[in-house]
Amino acid sequence: MAKDEVSASAVGAPMKRREDVRFLTGKGSYTDDMNRPGQSYVVFLRSSVAHGVIRTLDVEAAKASEGVLAVYTHRDIEADGLGGVPCGWEITQSDGSKMVEPAHPILASGKVRHVGDPVVAVIAETKAQARDAAEKITLEIDALPAVVDMRSAETAGAAVHDEAPNNVCYDWDFGDKEKTEAGFAQAAHVTTLEFTNNRLIANAMEPRACIGEHDAAGDRYTLITTSQNPHVIRLLMGAFVLNIPEHRLRVLAPDVGGGFGSKIYHYAEEALVTWASKKVGRPVKWTADRSESFISDAHGRDHVTKAELAMDAEGKFLALRADTMANMGSYLSTFAPCVPTWLHATLLAGQYTTPAIHCRVRAMFTNTVPVDAYRGAGRPEATYLLERIINKAAAELGLDQAEIRRRNFIRPDQFPYETPVALTYDTGDYLATLARVMTMADYAGFEARRQEAAGRGKLRGLGLSCYIEACGIAPSSLVGALGARAGLYEAATVRVNPTGSVSVFTGSHSHGQGHETTFAQVVADQLGIPADSIEIVHGDTDRIAFGMGTYGSRSLAVGGSAIVGAIEKIVAKAKRIAAHLMEASVDDIVFEDGQFKVAGTDKAKAFAEVSLAAYVPHQYPIEELEPGLEETSFYDPKNFTYPAGSYLCEVEVDPDTGVIDIVGMWAADDFGKVINPMIVEGQVHGGLAQGLGQAFIEQCVYDANGQLPSGSYMDYAMPRADDLPSFAVETDLVGTPCTHNPLGVKGCGEAGAIGSPPALVNAVVDALKPYGVQHMDMPLTPQKVWTAIDAATPKMAAE
Amino acid sequence: MPSVSMVVNGRQVSGEVEGRTLLVEFLREQLRMTGTHVGCDTSQCGACVVHVNGESVKSCSIFAMAASGAEVATIEGVANADGTLSVLQQAFQDHHGLQCGFCTPGMVMSAADLLKINPNPSETEVREWLEGNICRCTGYHNIVKAILSAAATLRGEAVAAE
Ligand code: FES
Ligand code: FES
Repeated sequence: MAKDEVSASAVGAPMKRREDVRFLTGKGSYTDDMNRPGQSYVVFLRSSVAHGVIRTLDVEAAKASEGVLAVYTHRDIEADGLGGVPCGWEITQSDGSKMVEPAHPILASGKVRHVGDPVVAVIAETKAQARDAAEKITLEIDALPAVVDMRSAETAGAAVHDEAPNNVCYDWDFGDKEKTEAGFAQAAHVTTLEFTNNRLIANAMEPRACIGEHDAAGDRYTLITTSQNPHVIRLLMGAFVLNIPEHRLRVLAPDVGGGFGSKIYHYAEEALVTWASKKVGRPVKWTADRSESFISDAHGRDHVTKAELAMDAEGKFLALRADTMANMGSYLSTFAPCVPTWLHATLLAGQYTTPAIHCRVRAMFTNTVPVDAYRGAGRPEATYLLERIINKAAAELGLDQAEIRRRNFIRPDQFPYETPVALTYDTGDYLATLARVMTMADYAGFEARRQEAAGRGKLRGLGLSCYIEACGIAPSSLVGALGARAGLYEAATVRVNPTGSVSVFTGSHSHGQGHETTFAQVVADQLGIPADSIEIVHGDTDRIAFGMGTYGSRSLAVGGSAIVGAIEKIVAKAKRIAAHLMEASVDDIVFEDGQFKVAGTDKAKAFAEVSLAAYVPHQYPIEELEPGLEETSFYDPKNFTYPAGSYLCEVEVDPDTGVIDIVGMWAADDFGKVINPMIVEGQVHGGLAQGLGQAFIEQCVYDANGQLPSGSYMDYAMPRADDLPSFAVETDLVGTPCTHNPLGVKGCGEAGAIGSPPALVNAVVDALKPYGVQHMDMPLTPQKVWTAIDAATPKMAAE
Repeated sequence: MPSVSMVVNGRQVSGEVEGRTLLVEFLREQLRMTGTHVGCDTSQCGACVVHVNGESVKSCSIFAMAASGAEVATIEGVANADGTLSVLQQAFQDHHGLQCGFCTPGMVMSAADLLKINPNPSETEVREWLEGNICRCTGYHNIVKAILSAAATLRGEAVAAE
């Protein structure tokens, strides 16, 4: 192999992405780009009412409409005995009982529970004909009072589901309550913070889409879908909804235009197109309009929390208490119940030695779209809680925001560190990331910048946030004990082809992360062959042994580890073949730089020579070894991974308009070992944009009737290029490699979205310090900021 | 149904459309040129940007009939004649200006128009120009870098290796 090939693809090199060429030339292959012969189109008639009973549903005119092939309602679903959309996680409540888990019908049965709840599926020759026909349906709904604000859901006087008369899905708590109370009893100072974590919509740029197809000859179904985890969809839909065994169901997730969590879940539309494709005998395609995405994709966040932090006189944390309400929306989406519980309460130690923590979470049903994991999922909420309350505490105690954190950091010599909320952090160096970001942002020079801005009539603020997250979900036995209805390992098959090229089949799925490049770098490094001779295959349940998919920053840590496991088996077998070829003992074979060598001699066989021998076994230890060179590995993680970092955000607020200008955003992350720094930095950039978006402009708004005014890009503020600054991101710290996976990697996909919201809010609160502002809820819109300034101004003038 | 004809990437094409058929639908559904994407239904996202008679246009915001007789350029026609990436496309790859790739065709078409109008844009000008193109993946940082770098290359300046 030429030297430059090695260096370009080496682990740690910013290898350019191989997937880019198809995307840059318009040759990507997204679900909506695909068309199957004889394909028909489905359009859903959805509820325009948040809560109500279906009084009249007449579809006869639609059935007679031009081009219509079929019109389905809940009755047809019921007649075929289909299941509802399943939930993948069960929470056990504080009193030992199970959470309330209402049915989630594919098409609304009797009652509608959110604006967008699908009621009728119309299938026609063209999309336009299906749409025209849907307009001919008579649907009359007797409206019921809508449960919208979860804070009053318990006493709303209306139940989203009869099984949950007070709209409580579960009431759960975690941590040592007595020890926490004892901590508060000793406290010299207690800081309290009440806040909301604003509801968001993931808004991947590719709207969801799917195509169902049934092959009558083989009674086999194919579903092409915009999914982050095709095997999970096969499992959920096949086993729980349609009763199709795995060998008769293929799920493909081709190029997928972003996910951010919203494409993890199994959605009703997937089941419907698959089922209907057999009924109408034609492939059935559905593509969401963006307006439809807003009312049918799972939303994110939406917590209301009261937090209290007990400290001694020096600002050392003694105990933390949190009481959270989390919105589940109208039905339980796939992972929804675990987000505010096991992905939130367990993160409340953060980077700190707080000895006692207690968290209660009540999950509420409301007449809104289901809420589930969105980039970070529970961890942004936990980080926001901690990093905001710490800054409030620092302000109350008159401590510098960095200093109060330093006093409470887990020190490098304390790892592995067992937190009071069940996690054991394997490794980390929080002082290092803090020091790094302070240097990057010229922390020491901030006061001068504040002065200078003040001279221009601007309010400048600097906000710090130190996050930790738990990635690489997770040991199957652990998540099983916590209520997951699946294992969370990953699978990979490595096939060495006869001439030495390599095909890798991974259960991870790439929808922007660049796995085709990064995974190839890993394999090239391990096998000492050019990245060019390696293909990465993902997104097809027929080609890939199994998979749990991509979410929670798990692909490299878990999926990459499975690839390494398969490679280890390959190398072990190849050594035995090489030993036979060179008439040496297998113990004397060393594998380096793509060569099998007999130690202490100049005998060597190239990787491709050995692979050829495996498939042309003329001279081969056939008595003891099967031909071929292909291995599969399932990797079940031993622990979560714990990436951590420190972020600083600097803002300038215009007191006349309330407009926030983000003048600096610095990120110092410890992701452990980094395979491709270019891709990793890109992941952080994207996360920062989403986190900052949450903090200052994004907000999903429901009105009192459960209508969604923020239901388009005209009303939901997506961050645009001119809303955001350039970012300063450094991931090249020596870092602390993960100790329990073979690559030493931790995961980087969510960090930016987790660390940045509190950094920005801390910065704005810092800027508004002269006005006595202690807290403002996200998003910090100009109106909100201006109102806070305006409210404080007369008071200041009077003083 | 009325028929429409236009020139797309130098090729004369025609087809039958309804009055309500959008240009982007004509490109994607009839011509099966799926490089141009649809990310919204309110003309906000810019995933559908193409050039009509040399100017960037959101192809979801005009009817196919309205482009009758026009010269339309799409992402499929941007690469060099020998199939290699154009300077702008190459800059997107070099600077990691794309992740999932869904916004990318619109970004490239939009940026190409900017660089034609303003060969030497400032970072602020680039960011303001991209106001109508939403990307959810990249945070725009690397898109902006890619466009500035392509502008420099097209002006004939040496660009520092990334
Ligand atoms: S599809 Fe969104 S602007 Fe055209
Ligand atoms: S790269 Fe995914 S939306 Fe821009």
